Amino acid sequence: MLQVEGIHTFYGSSHILFGVSLTVSRGEIVCLLGRNGAGKSTTMKSIIGLTPPRQGVIKFKSEDIARAKPYIIARMGIGFVPDDRRVFFDLTVDENLEISERKIAGTDAWNRERVYEFFQPLKHIRSRKAGFLSGGEQQMLTIARALVTNPELLLLDEPTEGLAPIIVDMLEQRILALRDAGLTILLAEQNQKTALGLSDRGYILDNGVIKYHGTIKELQENEEIIRKYLLV
Amino acid sequence: MDFLTTVTSSGLIQQFLVGLSRTTILFVVASGLSLVLGVLRIPNVAHGSLYMLGAFLCYSFATLFGKNPIGFWVAIVMAPLGVALISLAAERGLFCRLYDREHLMLLLFTFALMLLCRDIVKMIWGAEYRSLAPPVVLQGSLSILDLPFPKYNFFLLSIGPFVALALWFLTQRTKIGKIARAAAVDRDMVSAVGINVSWVFASVFVIGCFLAGLGGALVAPTQNIAQGMDHTIIMESFLIVIAGGLGNVWGALLGALIFGLTDSMGILVWPQFSIVFPYAIVVIVLIFRPKGLLRATW
Repeated sequence: MLQVEGIHTFYGSSHILFGVSLTVSRGEIVCLLGRNGAGKSTTMKSIIGLTPPRQGVIKFKSEDIARAKPYIIARMGIGFVPDDRRVFFDLTVDENLEISERKIAGTDAWNRERVYEFFQPLKHIRSRKAGFLSGGEQQMLTIARALVTNPELLLLDEPTEGLAPIIVDMLEQRILALRDAGLTILLAEQNQKTALGLSDRGYILDNGVIKYHGTIKELQENEEIIRKYLLV
Repeated sequence: MDFLTTVTSSGLIQQFLVGLSRTTILFVVASGLSLVLGVLRIPNVAHGSLYMLGAFLCYSFATLFGKNPIGFWVAIVMAPLGVALISLAAERGLFCRLYDREHLMLLLFTFALMLLCRDIVKMIWGAEYRSLAPPVVLQGSLSILDLPFPKYNFFLLSIGPFVALALWFLTQRTKIGKIARAAAVDRDMVSAVGINVSWVFASVFVIGCFLAGLGGALVAPTQNIAQGMDHTIIMESFLIVIAGGLGNVWGALLGALIFGLTDSMGILVWPQFSIVFPYAIVVIVLIFRPKGLLRATW
């Protein structure tokens, strides 16, 4: 479904990603592991088009999207949940979802009602300004906001960062439920436990280079890789 | 303080109403500037030129349809629409390529547009003053506590709340207004949920410029329509927007009230120096609230 082939991404003149390649197939949860500053978020932003790569190809459903505008990429079916959440602070929960909602035909389409059923806590605070929500509520809202665009692929950038363990457990359950609902997920995580528990395959990114790629089982058995690239 | 004893209460009310009608014009123009500043982050120095253009267009349309009693009303609708159309062309042709540039570049660019507009106005309408009479229904005065008050100013007073209400509705209740408020803070994220920000920006820009044109059209029957009116209004509008809170439409309303009322009431206090009062009050506001009275979106 998604093929990233040898992308080089820059912030101004600093070179961040050096030939990153990865693939995600339909129905999978693939995780992108790595320390802070390894380039996980930049990879996500390159895919959604916020920091387009200078070189390389990104194919989504066989179409090259490496130079497309973010709104085009989003409309093609990629939902983006950024690591710093970036809810629209000045708008209420419901308005956040209202402006993001893109209606599609079909009974399994995500709309506001379905999203409120999926994240029940949001239902009760739908008229509250997003700026006044707790971290966990904001995280639910950013995922909900991505869902109402009816994506096929969801980019989740560190969804559990900075949240209480009980919320992390809940989000993990919800992420698995999303996969069961038919979504494909690319998950960037620093939290190994979350990432390894959820994913089918993993990539390890270090200093903008993919250092390892394999199934979760292979990764868990390879202690040297884990020590070298993931332990702080 | 013997000056106050010479002012009757009806005179006070009259000056207050004069101030309020001036406030209407200031609010209409400054709210447009604030909208563009808040959502698009463009410090549009040419906003005053659009106001001037609105006044000249109103004059021309009114003259064109002059023999008809509805000529003025046609003009007051057509002039801001004309300005909006021009601004749409400017946005699609020029501004939409410049959103990522730094503010200084945008400032210089709009300054250049202001100079260009000035010359274009001079080429089309010449350097002489023009004046426009209000429509017959709004000519003459009404008496308020035995003092005459121009009917046209009552008309202006009624427009102010209407524009404020329309802006409130636009920003709070319509989808495009909500998107604009989100884009004012985080345009990348708005784009990442699949919204074509470029068209949202175009709409907001056109609405902002429409308000400049409307201000110009409304002011046309109350003063000389002349070169230089762009200058005064842009200075005043920027001060109002800064004092009210950059990008905050309600700040523009508050700023316009303060500016317009100190301007008109100052005349009663110290006529020779009345021109200083509104500026002095803005300075005082900024000393205590450097980011403006209401929350700025910057």
